[in-house]
Amino acid sequence: MNTAENIMSHELGLSSGNENDQFLTFIMAGEEYGVDILRVQEIRGWDNVTPIPNTPEYIKGVINLRGSIVPIIDLRERFGLARNEYGPTTVVIVVKVIDEERERVMGIVVDAVSDVYNVAEDDMKPPPDFGSVVSVDFVKGLTTVDEKMVIILDIDHMMTKDDLAGIAQNQ
Amino acid sequence: MTVDMSQFYQTFFEESFEGLDTMESSLLNLDVGAADEETINTIFRAAHSIKGGAGTFGFKAVSDFTHVMETLLDEIRDGKRLVTQETVDLLLQSVDCLRDMLTAVQNEDEIDQATVAAVQGNLEKLLNDASAGTPVEQRDDTGDEAATPEPAGEGWRIHFAPYEDLIKTGNDPVRMFRELAELGELEARLDDSQLPAFGEMDPEVCYLRWDLVLKTDAPLSVVEEVFEWVDGVCELRIEPLSSTGAEAATQEADAGSPAAPVPEAPVTNASAPAMPQRQAEPVVAENPTEAKAVTPKKKPASGGEHGSIRVSIDKVDALINLVGELVITQSMLGQIGDELDMDLDKLEKLRDGLGQLERNTRELQESVMRIRMLPISFAFQRFPRMVRDTAKKLNKEIELKLSGEQTELDKTVMEKIGDPLVHLVRNSIDHGVEAPEVREQAGKPRVGTVHLNAYHQGGNIVIEISDDGAGLNRDKILQKAREKGLVGEDEVPSDERIYDMIFDPGFSTADTISDVSGRGVGMDVVKRNIRELGGSIEVSTEAGKGSTFTIRLPLTLAILDGQLIRVGGDTFIVPLVSIIESLQADPAQINGLAGQAELYKLREDYIPIVRLYEVFGLKPKATRLEDGLLVVVEGDGQKVGLFVDDLLGQQQVVIKSLETNFRKVDGVSGATILGDGTVALILDISSLIQVSKRIGRKHRLPDEPTPEAGPDGDAATEQAA
Repeated sequence: MNTAENIMSHELGLSSGNENDQFLTFIMAGEEYGVDILRVQEIRGWDNVTPIPNTPEYIKGVINLRGSIVPIIDLRERFGLARNEYGPTTVVIVVKVIDEERERVMGIVVDAVSDVYNVAEDDMKPPPDFGSVVSVDFVKGLTTVDEKMVIILDIDHMMTKDDLAGIAQNQ
Repeated sequence: MTVDMSQFYQTFFEESFEGLDTMESSLLNLDVGAADEETINTIFRAAHSIKGGAGTFGFKAVSDFTHVMETLLDEIRDGKRLVTQETVDLLLQSVDCLRDMLTAVQNEDEIDQATVAAVQGNLEKLLNDASAGTPVEQRDDTGDEAATPEPAGEGWRIHFAPYEDLIKTGNDPVRMFRELAELGELEARLDDSQLPAFGEMDPEVCYLRWDLVLKTDAPLSVVEEVFEWVDGVCELRIEPLSSTGAEAATQEADAGSPAAPVPEAPVTNASAPAMPQRQAEPVVAENPTEAKAVTPKKKPASGGEHGSIRVSIDKVDALINLVGELVITQSMLGQIGDELDMDLDKLEKLRDGLGQLERNTRELQESVMRIRMLPISFAFQRFPRMVRDTAKKLNKEIELKLSGEQTELDKTVMEKIGDPLVHLVRNSIDHGVEAPEVREQAGKPRVGTVHLNAYHQGGNIVIEISDDGAGLNRDKILQKAREKGLVGEDEVPSDERIYDMIFDPGFSTADTISDVSGRGVGMDVVKRNIRELGGSIEVSTEAGKGSTFTIRLPLTLAILDGQLIRVGGDTFIVPLVSIIESLQADPAQINGLAGQAELYKLREDYIPIVRLYEVFGLKPKATRLEDGLLVVVEGDGQKVGLFVDDLLGQQQVVIKSLETNFRKVDGVSGATILGDGTVALILDISSLIQVSKRIGRKHRLPDEPTPEAGPDGDAATEQAA
């Protein structure tokens, strides 16, 4: 794909080919994060969960999603941000996570859903080293939409080994 | 047109293994000397199907081997050979051999040629040893290639009239004739009287029939073999050239008798063009009367089989899940219906409707669950053989009694209970039943009995394995337990406890005393496997009279009878099977132990108290033992008092996995969805006890130096942080 086409499709908001992906973005503590829209299964309001004993705080519990038991993770707490009271705009984004050839379904609690953007792969910058503040493993890249920075998350890495490891290390 | 045959392999193997199982059980049922005709036919049919299938798929070694077996069976069936113990043994051996061969072919391994050759050699030897089992000198003209000398006939007259669908079954007369022509000089006369006008002709229907004259010295069986595949789809009469019509009748009956469900041969590309060419011959209506006067001699044998279909487990499980959902939705609606406030008339109608929905849903759930259920005979059927072989090896005489074979249980449970059962039965034979001489000395019949019994009791299936042997040796077990340090020198446990020790892991070592040895080896594994299935095992025994092992299993792994309990705002489910009793704690019976543990004196026993809120870090309503309830539960042979706020109702719950989307959680075996749509966790008592041992010590030490001083909420709030 040449540059002219690339710009055109970007302006028209068209998603064509692999190099131009759509991302669902959401707001957390004033920052905008994006996840691959193809991984998003549904968006639902916050509802009571059943807590799972002896799991880290950011694992809020499990819900019944049409007969499946789905864990819910608070992304603020996962990232070490201040906890937020859950309100009417608090949403749960249900995503599909693929790790080691297995598919899991999980819900992530975020402040609010924002928008859907087309991001060309070329426009995605690799994340700088944040040091130990936020693990770079969670971040796929950074991109700019309307002068604003959007952090594109890599959900496959965000919620696997650490979260799912045994109780021992989390206590 | 090429057909990818490999897609049918799986079915072939499945059917063949089933066939082998049938053969095995039928062989074991055979009365030596007076074989039941139907049983022999069943064995023959199974062998024949395997041979046919193997031939089709080109597993030549298998089909050749089966052919020899079949020949032997054929002789038995025709009454030319008596069923001797030797024959049965050899046939059983052949079944094993064939099973190995098929497994090898399935796994694309090398077939163990040496074994095959040995067994096949034995079979052939038996066959050639014509006098061995021949009851009467039957040297009639039906002659069989091996049992009787080959008839030096001039040849055969063959009347071959295919039914209309012969071609559809993938058979091609041309090929058969070609094969016949190889045997000798073949003359064919075509009868095309049934041929319709060209315009009405269906190219897939066979309208032709033939009278063949084959000049050959080949025996009847060879000629018959050519027509083997078309058995049941044609009228076939083979008579010796010299013979008259009277004898022909017997031949006809003979040729038609091997009624086996012949696996369909592949449609060869040669068959399609071959037929129309012939049908283009002049149409002459010659003998119209002969046309439909043919009554099919034998349909492909299907009457004896069950009306069943093969369905993949995934589909069934999907259905079960869906019904599980329906049950939840139904109970959700039911709850709303109960709480609704509307005018009485409508409310009444709504409640009626909901009641009906509930009944229908339950019934639906039950019938869907039943799809997964199989009679336990599937698990039992391997025992006659095993008992026979093991008893023989140990020089014991044992009769195996089976009862309740029709008792149904879940397929998964059945698969997992197989090995523990084998272990228990083998133990009964090896260590339970005594040698015949010993039995006679003890005034018991020489032949010992091992009895396998199954029946339903409540929501469980009970399987009993009993023998009339020597029973467990109480003193030896106790002595061993003392050696192992399981029992203190002065301690005298109850008999029940002593017998229960054979299930202890410490007991399962190879150096245990002869008398009890096998009863210990692997018994802990047996118990563990049964526990994993949510079941239990107990033993009762009487010295000199025998022992009985009783296994109790849930009918299915998909649902569970649960007791709902409440701690703070959370609801949990305790499997009913692990609950012994529930009680209100009496403060006077609570004792501390080294400042670390609380013990409750329940009658003679001291049981540790496990506070669920401490283990799970919850905020409870009650922290003083007398404010809540103690649920006495048992896990891994240990009793504990589970301290909870309250007991709610009992309910059957559909088990959902937490691991599908999350991971295994200690102390929890799964989750379920309650009537209101929320999720409740199902407790795993054994694992919970483990967790409590780990967590309990860690948190209690600093917080509660003296439990008697009044354990209150401190511990709980600490947990939450």
